[in-house]
Amino acid sequence: MLASMIRGLAILLIFQSIGEVATRFIHGLIPGPVIGMILLLVFLIVKKKIAPSISTAADGLLAHLAIFFIPAAVGVMLYVSELASAGAAWLLAILLSTAASMAITALLLKWFFKGDDSGAKKPDLSS
Amino acid sequence: MNPSTLLPVGINNLAEIWVYLSATPLFGLTLTLLAYVLADMAYQRTNRHPLANPVLIAVATIIAVLTLTRTDYKTYFQGAQFVHFLLGTATVALAIPLARLWNELRARAIPLLLAVLAGGAASVLVAVGVAKLLSAPPTIVMSLLPKSVTAPIAMGIAEQIGGSPTLAAVFAISTGIIGALIATPLLNLLGVRDWAARGFAVGVAAHGIGTARAYSVHPRAGAYASLGMGLHALLGAITLPWLAKLII
Repeated sequence: MLASMIRGLAILLIFQSIGEVATRFIHGLIPGPVIGMILLLVFLIVKKKIAPSISTAADGLLAHLAIFFIPAAVGVMLYVSELASAGAAWLLAILLSTAASMAITALLLKWFFKGDDSGAKKPDLSS
Repeated sequence: MNPSTLLPVGINNLAEIWVYLSATPLFGLTLTLLAYVLADMAYQRTNRHPLANPVLIAVATIIAVLTLTRTDYKTYFQGAQFVHFLLGTATVALAIPLARLWNELRARAIPLLLAVLAGGAASVLVAVGVAKLLSAPPTIVMSLLPKSVTAPIAMGIAEQIGGSPTLAAVFAISTGIIGALIATPLLNLLGVRDWAARGFAVGVAAHGIGTARAYSVHPRAGAYASLGMGLHALLGAITLPWLAKLII
């Protein structure tokens, strides 16, 4: 289990490294990890098979995805006074725009997917 | 590192032990893991209630501890950086749920693309509209514009269009947390039951922190959320700098 997890992590780190190198060539327009994700996706689709070690490592990380945002989010403490002096405009703008974006996306898909249960019929690589 | 700082020889009271420990990376790392364990316990105990969001609770706990112990963010981050680093690795790992659903996603490519375009446009227009209506300063408006895109991309875009990268990161993180808090009640209210549509919408509007919430609710919602976040990140990086010039 742990050996498999370590092997999977090594593969993820290889793709993360390739992504970090690639992002230099496009002046950081797209972050390294995002490029790494795209390259790994292409690799898995071409191979048509997901190695159990990669699955183990990925599922382990993604089950607790929330923890990885904590260190950066604590950085908000540096801007508390700046944000307080900016008033509530930014908070209201964020609340309303996030709700609007989520609602429009969800309603459009609800309408598009009406009567389409392709997800239920085709299990393909999913479990 | 000087070996003498590694050996706590001569420490003879609690205050000195604290001074020693708080200066090592151990402090920030332990605090981050401990705060997350406690926050996740609260989240599971409340049956994953949206208001018991683990990122929100852990961050509030850590800021309280840092303030009480007069520890600055830089010292904290020396330890927390090890957790922060893995955010990149977890991002790469998002390829796996996408690969598992690949055939289904390919068949749905056009509706998904249209949905992310509409959701992304709504985010920008409402955020900029509300901020301007409340006469927020231009730096705030420009930093708000990319807030539904994942934080590292939002920072780059804000810099290009005359916003502040740090404010953009703060706004993106706030968006993620607010999105995770409102997703379940809002989508229930709208009667959207399909995990695919729910997850995708949360990923588009509230990127990574929203995706973390979606994963904790249902794996299918999580996979669609990571796709929504990823597509929004790619399209945002390309179109937002151009869109900013158009609406300002």
